[in-house]
Amino acid sequence: MALVSSGVTEWLAGVGDGARFGARALTQSLRLPDEPAETGRQLYELGVRSVPLIAAAGFAVGIVLSMHTRASLARFGAEALIPAGLAIAFIRETGPLTAGLLLSGRIGAGIGAELGAMKVTEQIDALEALAVDSFRYLVVTRVLACVIALPLLTTLMNFTGLLGGYTAEAAITGIGFEAYFRQAFNPIDFADLVPATLKTMVFGFIIATVSSYLGINTTGGTEGVGRTATKSVVMSSILLIATNVLLVRMILFLFPGPE
Amino acid sequence: MTESTPAVELRHVSKAFGDLRVLDDVSLSVPAGRAVCILGRSGTGKSVTLKHIVGLLAPDSGQVLVEGEDITLLRGADLARVRKRMGLLFQNAALFDSISVGENVAFPLRRHTRLKDEEIRARAQDLLSQVGLEREYDKMPADLSGGMKKRAGLARALVLEPPIVLADEPSAGLDPITAGEIDALLVALNDRAGTTLIVVTHNIPSARVIGDELVFLHEGRILARGDAASLDRSEIPLVRQFMSSESSG
Repeated sequence: MALVSSGVTEWLAGVGDGARFGARALTQSLRLPDEPAETGRQLYELGVRSVPLIAAAGFAVGIVLSMHTRASLARFGAEALIPAGLAIAFIRETGPLTAGLLLSGRIGAGIGAELGAMKVTEQIDALEALAVDSFRYLVVTRVLACVIALPLLTTLMNFTGLLGGYTAEAAITGIGFEAYFRQAFNPIDFADLVPATLKTMVFGFIIATVSSYLGINTTGGTEGVGRTATKSVVMSSILLIATNVLLVRMILFLFPGPE
Repeated sequence: MTESTPAVELRHVSKAFGDLRVLDDVSLSVPAGRAVCILGRSGTGKSVTLKHIVGLLAPDSGQVLVEGEDITLLRGADLARVRKRMGLLFQNAALFDSISVGENVAFPLRRHTRLKDEEIRARAQDLLSQVGLEREYDKMPADLSGGMKKRAGLARALVLEPPIVLADEPSAGLDPITAGEIDALLVALNDRAGTTLIVVTHNIPSARVIGDELVFLHEGRILARGDAASLDRSEIPLVRQFMSSESSG
């Protein structure tokens, strides 16, 4: 019983510590950035280097989703709605969530492992000893980079997803590029595109904050670094999925769409 | 800060990690321009002492004063201002492994000075030459041996020409000739530039060369202090035994 009680207390303390860390990351990220070069480097490392993964995954998911959409709509003789159906599904949910989960894998593991390795080799202490604010230099720069990169990468995923959908449809029906995209974008409005894309800024914040928190609290040498990388992916993915439920509810409340 | 203000002063500092008491009421005053070597067996709180001085660890009780300012009370820009006056060589060098050796040395200059890029590179190159790494500027830390990393770490600690230098095992893992050169570099800093040195070492020959005063830590307490000759004659067997060893760490 005492063991369970101490485990719960430790877990609650960890949650409290993590929440304080997140609040600090949020308030400091809202300040004028004082590490523009490092933020730019992180944007490149975390954002630009994720482009191939996101583009390829988006294209493949677009093809698969298009095939499923066709199979479903064909039952009702509604094949003409395939581009619009795919676009709505992709832009409102599939693109943002898939991009978020993929990036929590690539970026989350990367941040967790990098900061974890820096922690166990005293590089974070070295930054502090060199009179550098390690939180602003390591955490805030990554949070800013992720918050900026996620919506852009989601937009890329949406585009490559539709491109994949077009490829699948063109192979079956021979539909033209312009006609496909006109049909796809015809029903899309502000409420479909903007809130769903901007919610990935929250995903970016979650991925960077959770991974950074776990990274700079790493203990246990190289084995600990491995554990941190895994935990970063798992925890940021779970938090991202849970937060997505709340965000979708909020978006549907604020932008109810056509009656 | 007055002339009589010590460069570094620990007042009744205690520190425990869980049940393990690492520092137990340690008081130590290091006047400006002095070279103090902290000796002792492994795990007696030597590195922890250095981390307290630079503010990486906070004591459970007591004060840590750097040039008269209690570093435990400083935050943000004030803490950074005091830290810029110290150079710390870590036990395992702690080089940033994502940038080259030269850029590691240049890093403090890029952060804290307005020097031009070519001046920064020249200064970093000069420091690397002083520690015998003139050809390693563009190499990555992972490509260096342990001893070379140590020397690069020392170059980084010295590049801002801080008035206080803290070194954790500067000659550990180095061959005797290179260790002698590093000792000579530290002695020259102390003699010519009046740099205050606090050096943690297991290397008794190095301690004899560098230290004006030797402090022997044991189980978190200062067991003995004085010049090398007085520690050689110490009434405490452990201190005499330690001083008579010629271990090179």
